[in-house]
Amino acid sequence: MADDAIRCDACPVLCYIKPGRTGSCDRYGNADGQLVRLDPHVVLERAVSRGETVVPFLEKSREWNGALVSGEETFVTAIGAGTTYPDYKPAPFIISSEIAGVDMVTVVTEGIFSYCGVKLKIDTDRHLGAECSIVHAQGEAVGHVTTNEYGSQMLSLGGVRHLTGGTRHEGTATCDTLLNLCNRKAVELKIDDGATVVVQADKPPIVDGVQEERMRVGCGSATIGMFAKQWFGKVDDVVVVDDHITGVLSEHQAGKLLGVPETGIKLKGRRSTPGRYFRVAEPGTSWGGTNIDDPLSILAPFDREVARPGMRLLMVSTTGEHFAYFELDDDLTPKENQLPEVLRESVARIRENCEPALCTVLFMGGAGGSLRAGVTENPVKLTHSVRDALTRVTCGGAPVYVWPGGGITIMADVSRMPEDAFGYVPTPALVAPIEFTLKLSDYATLGGYMDHVRPLSSIQRDTDTRRRLGARADNPWPLASEKNIK
Amino acid sequence: MAASIGEKHKVSTRAQIRMLPDGRRLHMHDGPIDLIVEAFGEAKEINAAYNAASSRFVQVLDELCAELIFLRSPARQNGPLPTGPIARRMAEAVKPYAEQIFITPMAAVAGAVAEEILAAMTSNAKLSKAYVNDGGDIALHLANEETFAVGMVERPDRASLFGTTTIRYGDLIRGIATSGWRGRSFSLGIADAVTVLADTAAMADAAATVIANAVDLPEHSGIGRGRACDLAPDSDLGERMVTQSVPELSQREIRVALELGLDVAERLEASGLIQAAALNLQGETRILGSDNCAPSENISRLIWSPAHA
Repeated sequence: MADDAIRCDACPVLCYIKPGRTGSCDRYGNADGQLVRLDPHVVLERAVSRGETVVPFLEKSREWNGALVSGEETFVTAIGAGTTYPDYKPAPFIISSEIAGVDMVTVVTEGIFSYCGVKLKIDTDRHLGAECSIVHAQGEAVGHVTTNEYGSQMLSLGGVRHLTGGTRHEGTATCDTLLNLCNRKAVELKIDDGATVVVQADKPPIVDGVQEERMRVGCGSATIGMFAKQWFGKVDDVVVVDDHITGVLSEHQAGKLLGVPETGIKLKGRRSTPGRYFRVAEPGTSWGGTNIDDPLSILAPFDREVARPGMRLLMVSTTGEHFAYFELDDDLTPKENQLPEVLRESVARIRENCEPALCTVLFMGGAGGSLRAGVTENPVKLTHSVRDALTRVTCGGAPVYVWPGGGITIMADVSRMPEDAFGYVPTPALVAPIEFTLKLSDYATLGGYMDHVRPLSSIQRDTDTRRRLGARADNPWPLASEKNIK
Repeated sequence: MAASIGEKHKVSTRAQIRMLPDGRRLHMHDGPIDLIVEAFGEAKEINAAYNAASSRFVQVLDELCAELIFLRSPARQNGPLPTGPIARRMAEAVKPYAEQIFITPMAAVAGAVAEEILAAMTSNAKLSKAYVNDGGDIALHLANEETFAVGMVERPDRASLFGTTTIRYGDLIRGIATSGWRGRSFSLGIADAVTVLADTAAMADAAATVIANAVDLPEHSGIGRGRACDLAPDSDLGERMVTQSVPELSQREIRVALELGLDVAERLEASGLIQAAALNLQGETRILGSDNCAPSENISRLIWSPAHA
């Protein structure tokens, strides 16, 4: 079979497709060895009210009167725009519109990202898995556990090695996982020697079947610092149980400053600084992200020289979700008792201060050579122009963070993009929308395809093939004149 | 995005079936198959028809692909028959041509799919009329006294009609198909569009392909042609030269090419394979099946009227 043709496995016809041609469906094409899909094109319309969230326009009503809005009100996204294939061809849409008297150009294309992935932030104290553990989806390795941030576990999924470096099934499972996460669908991830977690953008994580409700207010030590004053005088000692840094009021700097007397309490684990303990238990999905169900298991017997019968002890987790109240008996053994009313409030306060636990998904990808070649004849000039903030980059109209350094490596919050903004090609790779907006004169300077620039009005005429969406109020308008568009 | 990648070979996630925003027409899509369906009658009958169409549709692509190698092979007059009902409709429709020319059952795939879905609808619901439009190849159902208005488009990228016609209950016509080099499938000829009316959609599909192939100027060096296998490695047309571009032709050249197609169309009409045909090449139209050569009373009632281009 011809060497440069690729096999499309999007449907059972399994067409062999030559470069620059499409399969029998006319929807998938061979783009320089990559399979590309074309979808209806999304036009983000700046809702007049500015308060509307994104809604698929034609689904709601086909009675749109087709009235033209001015350039400042309509932005053409890359969703469904198609990709630049072969490489040297101009991007599918190069749109000009006049913004406040300055001709602006938006180059719109769908990028095929082999170098891409998602950074997942999962708000939970529970132990999901050790750092560097492999994350599996559909039984395949799709990423790994990375750092623990404040109240959140970070996962890094995808990347070129999982997409293209492993078996075909690994690549497909990775692409599918990325696609679903980016399109804000739920995905189940299994972490080696760790938890099974269901994640979905903007939704609470579900860890081993239990939905996470809230984020920790802080680490155990920080919690002591925040609530020391409220506990002072109402209880003799407080232990805030935390898998990372467990705090003890009577030993903690905050307690010392208030004059909290010593209680003779002894914690297991390793003391870091006064009142701060590491590794009081093993990581887990119970109290403060540890594996303990009985908080007393992290305590050694009280110092008989210091402790006295009747001392009052509160133990609480970093989210206020777990708590227990004890009083020392005559033998200096803690006996559980009902939480007194005066302490109830502080536990509730911890809970109140915890934000809702969410999963957040950032798409990360690098704009490769072919994508940049679709914008200009001299691709490095685009890189420089982005670097110099003359060109603004958006993903489906959503703002992106452009990493400093070489190339155009971007991160975007998928929650700020229109629904189903991502696609895939069976190679496998992710198809993500990307738009470059700059002044027409700058576009000419960087070697843009000036003869392919189309006025916005030409896009607005054929409304049947385009989805018109209201712009999200929390996104900066991609065409707004701002300092960084000089 | 249609399907989750991991599950794409499951029919249920691959096929897309939805009502169009007008609330009347059903749109069904799966791989290269794209159907627009509309049924007329009582609401509950329409509902039953759409349900039947949907249940049948989700099987279609897998059913066809199971026999794809056979369906891409040249048809033979007394060769073995495929097993699937759609494949059989295809084989049946191309059989009359098998002795004379190269043709594969794929020449009738669109029409055969349209027929099969229409049959699923009409056998499960009482409809006054219905159509299944498979990318321009249309299967029709007409109850007593019902009519269909049909418009013909010269080029798929230009929505202008070059002719209209009305199909009535009494006509034998239940299939319409169009073929041309600008369409989705490869053509060996240079016709912009050949529209055929025939007894069934599969017959119309096969005939339109054959007639469009015949509209040609074999010696014209300006016509861009390429081997089908170089363009699409698994094309059923193999090394045959398919049309890629057609330069502006002189009036004489247009006439000659159309005459070649018309000759074939007349023979097909005489053998009862088609009821009528309209051949279009660079703005010139030839119509067969109008009053002067109508073989039956039914056809003479067809109204072919040119529409502005």
